[in-house]
Order: sequence, then structure tokens, then C-alpha cells
Amino acid sequence: MVQFALPKNSTIQKGEYFSLQGESKNIKKVNVYRWNPESGQNPRLDTYEVDMDNCGPMVLDALIKIKNEIDSTLTFRRSCREGICGSCAMNIDGSNTLACTKSAKEIKGEINIYPLPHMPVVKDLVPDLKQLYKQYESVEPWMQSEVSGVNGVEKLQTVEDRSKLDGLYECILCACCSTSCPSYWWNGDKYLGPAVLLQAYRWIIDSRDDERKKRLKKVADELKLFRCHTIMNCTNACPKGLNPAKAIGSIKKMLVSADIS
Amino acid sequence: MSEYKIIDHEYDAIVVGAGGSGLRAAVGLSEAGLKTACISKVFPTRSHTAAAQGGISAALGNMGEDDWRWHMFDTVKGADWLGDQDAIEFLCKEAPQAVVELEKYGVPFSRTEEGKIYQRPFGGMTKNYGNGVVQRTCAAADRTGHAILHTLYGQALKKNTEFFIEYFALDLLMHNGKCHGILAWSLQDGTIHRFRANMTILATGGYGRAYFSATSAHTCTGDGGGMVLRAGLPMQDMEFVQFHPTGIYGAGCLITEGSRGEGGFLVNSEGERFMERYAPSAKDLASRDVVSRSMTIEINEGRGVGKNKDHIYLHLNHLDPKILHERLPGISESAKVFAGVDVTKEPIPVLPTVHYNMGGIPTNYHGEVLTKNDDGSEIIVEGLMSIGEAACVSVHGANRLGSNSLIDLVVFGKAAAIRTAQVVKPNSKHEKIPESETQKSLDRFDKMRNASGGTPTSVLRDQMQRTMQSKCAVFRTDKTLKEGLHEIQQPWEGLKDISVSDKSLVFNTDLVEALEFDNLIRQSMVTVSSAENRKESRGAHSREDYKDRDDQEWMKHTLAWHHDGKVDIKYRDVHSYTLTNDVQYFPPKARVY
Repeated sequence: MVQFALPKNSTIQKGEYFSLQGESKNIKKVNVYRWNPESGQNPRLDTYEVDMDNCGPMVLDALIKIKNEIDSTLTFRRSCREGICGSCAMNIDGSNTLACTKSAKEIKGEINIYPLPHMPVVKDLVPDLKQLYKQYESVEPWMQSEVSGVNGVEKLQTVEDRSKLDGLYECILCACCSTSCPSYWWNGDKYLGPAVLLQAYRWIIDSRDDERKKRLKKVADELKLFRCHTIMNCTNACPKGLNPAKAIGSIKKMLVSADIS
Repeated sequence: MSEYKIIDHEYDAIVVGAGGSGLRAAVGLSEAGLKTACISKVFPTRSHTAAAQGGISAALGNMGEDDWRWHMFDTVKGADWLGDQDAIEFLCKEAPQAVVELEKYGVPFSRTEEGKIYQRPFGGMTKNYGNGVVQRTCAAADRTGHAILHTLYGQALKKNTEFFIEYFALDLLMHNGKCHGILAWSLQDGTIHRFRANMTILATGGYGRAYFSATSAHTCTGDGGGMVLRAGLPMQDMEFVQFHPTGIYGAGCLITEGSRGEGGFLVNSEGERFMERYAPSAKDLASRDVVSRSMTIEINEGRGVGKNKDHIYLHLNHLDPKILHERLPGISESAKVFAGVDVTKEPIPVLPTVHYNMGGIPTNYHGEVLTKNDDGSEIIVEGLMSIGEAACVSVHGANRLGSNSLIDLVVFGKAAAIRTAQVVKPNSKHEKIPESETQKSLDRFDKMRNASGGTPTSVLRDQMQRTMQSKCAVFRTDKTLKEGLHEIQQPWEGLKDISVSDKSLVFNTDLVEALEFDNLIRQSMVTVSSAENRKESRGAHSREDYKDRDDQEWMKHTLAWHHDGKVDIKYRDVHSYTLTNDVQYFPPKARVY
């Protein structure tokens, strides 16, 4: 039988409660998953009262306010704060998204923040994404082209061929999609997952690349590709509005018609 | 004495930073057969190059006639003649090949009807030495930096560069004036690592976060600059801080200059396209310092928009929605998310926002770091290079042109790799240096980690950022700068009373922010001092009490050292010569757009 209960040392315990010092008419409670590997203790859920009248509009603004003014030990990744670097991906209000583009106001009631699900946690809201990065490497995300065209001149690409990369190259590798996918939760060590397959397709479909067949053959695998069961969580989760499920579907379709033997 | 177990590594070359310049250097070093490590505090594709939008300049001539000499002239003029023209010649001449190389690496550039790389107009980019607009800025929609960064990371993987990701660089290991590597702290597992290398290349980016409102990412804390200042080496031209005309009002997020390149324009509260008054020929496509000053004057004279009349409108709503969708999809999204604006219907509220540091670690066009001897002679710091925004080559002089930073990254990233391959033989020995160098850095680290004063980093950082924002802004006077010099002492002195609550070693971002503050505050002090010292207006350094450029007195680079809270200033000559006879030196003249 599959064991559904969390191991004892993973059970989340009630944490500290940080009341707001001073007055505010607009208090939001922010519940944050905390875990410090050096403490030897179980994870806990700390609650912070945040004065939203003196806070930026995004969930990231609230987290930064907590770190600056209430509890500097709170740990999370962040960088660009405009949705292009992909650092601050986390599970907010039950969905994976970027804290920097997620409006706090849109969330009814308390804000619950957890690290991206089903990834090893390094600390607090920082997940370990090494496995996903390794899988990204495995699809060889670089141009493979013997004929590099005329020396000193770019390889031509029609507007139409270039438009096939739209919706693919914009991926910021935030991992919101892969970590929302039940197939990836169960078989993350073998199934490549939506983020990586989207990138695999980005190179498969690039008219300038010569290795389409090799690339298709590489992903044409029961586990690497066909663990996708079109659940579509990936597409719902993508904070950039991309559609990994469609890209995976396109790869599957190409495999039906392509001769990759 | 602090005790930490040290894990040793030996490499021919190490690159600190994995943005555009760091990755391009790493690719070149790996290709040259050098054992290379790339060390970065963030995963490479999280670097701030990802946020570059509008494009990368190169005289490809895909959209009409162009010439790298025209590009060179524009860059010299944009720099208000403070750039070194040998380096600018190198940049502009190498640019077309560098962009073609990126295309072959796989960058998904937008295309023309003929299938060539699409190029758009950008500020200060002209044809035939200032006569009309040229389309020189190569673009992948408005996500060019993101596209380049991801592509370069792929190339580095292809070349088997060894990455050390989420390692925070602490200090340079210097001995007898030579750099022997760095000490770094692994955030992932909390261990301390010593990287010995025969070449250390700092590609650590700018220090935009010295200011309160910046387009720069939270991670843009100029860690390389901090390391260099602590090592007793100077920074160059730090008074030149670029304000980008169009940061989103409030949020500070970038709206590309490419939006004006595609036909957008700025409007004041009277509905006037005021840039026509300030720059009759280039209008909204004048260089950034000119546009930012014009906007600031409009606001100061009461013609700002909004409830508090404190910003300006950028109109794109007259453009074809199809063009917006194809060429400016990213900023359309940013405007929606951060300003609640539908760009097809309403203008975007914008404000000049800190964006780029022209100043940085002084280098020659090979990337080699320069300093001055006690006798005033210029010398190369052995074993140390710098590239990208961290460096001051200087190609951007007193003001950088839009789309010249991405090209700077790849041209000088490549140049640094080539130079390293010339001066470092693969697998050569690593000189033993005294342990005291390592210990000095460890002691600093340990002291900061256990700091238990009364002031959190966030308070000190806020003091610093507000001082920089109000005293060292678009317009400066003797009064504001003197106040700035005085006020900036407060957060510096505050370092003695800093508190770090998190004492752990694994992913201790409390400590990271404290160490980053140490890097920022040194560069802030050097910036205010350099600005107070330069008594003229040139490029982005605009003094209301010295309104004119003074070539007689000030055609020289500022070098500034930071000695325990005191800033020392010396100078370097601006190179008044070109690299080859392919082009002649452009002598200074009035700068009109």
C-alpha cells in the first residue's frame, strides 16, 4: 500500500505568531512555511500580520516587508521583481506562481505561502531545483546545426518559422508548471516534466536546427515524455501564460508522423 | 580567529557572475581549453541580463545602410566624449560579428520579411554621423536580454563549463598586487570554498540597488565592485549613473526605450510632446540623459501628470495593436501587471529611474583591470579582469546609449576570454599565497555572521538608498552633494552596529543581504564623492552649479579608492586615439540632439 501520511519529521507544526506593532485598518495575515535544516526541528507555519496600507501590491512586496521589518530570518529567492528571472516561484494561495506578479489583494482572506510542492526544501521557501536543471541540460538546449550558413552572415529564418518559437522561448524556467504536475510528482526522476519538454520542443521546432530527428528520438520514451496524461495543471500554473501541455501534445503528434528510426 | 573548513579548488580561470558577459567569457575560456569555473550567486538564467528588453546594437545594415563608424560616432557622442575611443572602435567594429555569432548560437531574433535579424530605432543611434535615424538595434521582440541569456547558458552547457551555482563571492585573494582567486560561500550547503585561479574575471554587474528606486534587480548589488574596493583597488567614473527615462511610476519596472523606437512618445500634463522642445531633431529618441533631464524639468516646472503632478505619460495607444503584440508584448504585460494599464488604450505612467552604472572597475579593452602605482603610473593588475556592467572599459563614458550594454557584454566577454588564453597556459601552477589573505576574508565573514548590534541591514540599506536617491539624482548641486557626503556616513558608520539575526550557514539570506550592503555602501560613498568632486556637467552627471562641459579641466576619468570610510580621488587620461587607422579620433564638439 502507498503510504499517504507524511513522514514524522515532515509534519508541519504550528509556528510563531507575529502580531502587528501599531495600528492598521488593513491587516492581512500571511502564513508562511518555515524550515531550517540546521535546527533539527520539524517544519512549522509562522503567521505574520502585515499592514497592507503600507505595503506594495504584490505578494513579494509583503514577503520583503516581513523580512525587512518583522523577521529577517525568513528565507526566499527573489531577484528581478518583474516576472522575468523566475526566482520567486512558490505556492501561493494553493497555486504555483511568481510572488512578484501575484497581487496580494486578489487573495481572499489569509495568504498561505509554501515552497513549490514535491521538491526537496533547502530552507523555508527555497526549493532544490537541481533535478530539473539536470533534465534541462539533458535536452541539449543549444543550436545544433552543421551548416552554419554563409560566414559572417546570420542564418535566415522566415517570419513564419520564427513565429513558431513564440510561446516557447519566453519560458523563464521558474518550475511552476513542472511542480504542479502530478505525473512529475510521482515520476520526477524519470519523466522530464512540462518545463523541460516545452524547451525540448522549442529546439525541435526551430527551423535553424538540423537535429530534429535526433531530438525527437531522444524524448520518445515511455517515461520521459508519455508520462504526460494531459492533466493541464502546467498550463493553468504558468505565470507567463505559456502552454506547455500544447507543446507536449505537439511532440506526441510529431512522433506519430515522423520517421525517427 | 574564525574557523571554517575550507574546500579548495584549482582552475586556470574563474568567472564570477553568470550574466551575459560572464557566460560569454566562460564559453570562450572553455573553448580555449582552459579549466574554467563560473561562480554565481544565482542560477545563470536568473541574472539581470534577462531583464534587458529592447535589443543589442550592431551595424548590420539589415534595415538600410549602416556603418560601424557611424555607430562609433554615436557612442562617442552619447558618452559625451568621456569614452575611450580605442575601446569604442573595438566595440563597434566587433559588434556585427558578435550578433551573428549569437544568432548562430540560437538566439530567437525577430525577423524581417527577408528573414534577416530585425533591427529597430533606438535613442542616439543615427546614420551618417548624426544625420537622421538608423535602425541598428537587433531585437528578439522586447525580450532580447532574456533570449540572449538563455542561449548563452545553453552554449556554456554545450562547452561543459563547470558551474558553481548559488555561491556568494566574498573577497579577492590578493598578494603582492596580484589576484590569485576568490573565497566564496556556498548557499546550498553552507560550506566555504577557495578558488585558486590564474585569472579571475569579475562579471558581477552593476550596483543599481544603491538607490531607492531602480529598474535593477534586488541582486544588483555590485559585489565585484565591493570586492575590488576592499582589495585597495580603485573604481572609475562612478559619478555617472544612468536614469532610464521610462521606469513604471511607483514600481520602477523597466519599459524599454524600444517602445519609443517603435513610435511611442512622452507627454506632459498639457498634452504636449515636450521632447520636441528639448531635442528638436531626435525628439523622444534623444539619448537617455537628455530625455531624463527633460522629464525632470517638466515635472519640476509643474507640468507633471497624475494627482501629485510627479510623473509623465508614455503613449503607445496610437500604435497598431498588431505591432504592440508582435514587437512589445513583454512591456504590454508589465504595464498591465504593474500599472494596471492597457497600452492599446491608455498611456503608461513613467518616471526617470536608476538603470545603469557607466562607472565600474577600470579596464583596458582586453578586460584587464587597471590601477595606478604610487608614482602615478598606470599598471595592469595581474590575474584580474572585469567585464560587463561591473567594468568601466570605458565605452559608455558619461552616458550609455540604449542597446550598447548587451553588445558590450558579448564583445568584451569574448575579448576577455581571448586575452586570458594568451596569458594563461592551461594547467599552469598556482602560486602559494599566505593563509592570512584567506583568514582576513573569513574573519570579515564571521564577524558579519555573528553581528549582534542594534540595527538590521534593512534600516541601513534604506538610509543609504534614500540618501543616494535625494542627494545624487538626475540634477546635482554642490549643496545636495555635500549633504550627501555627510548623510552617507551614517549608514557606513551604522555597519559597526549591524545585526544579523540568522546565524545559520545554509541559505542565510539575512547574511547575504548584510554582505551585499557592505558592497553597496562602499560604492555609494565612492559615487557621491566622485560626483561632488567633478565640477562640470557631462552626460548623466548634471550639475546645476556647473552647467557646462569643461573639456579643459575635466576631460579625464575619475579614479576613486575607498580607504576605511575615506574616499581618495585621482585621475586617468581619456584615450584620445583610436585603435587602428580604420577610423579617426572624433574630437569633442557641442552635443545636440
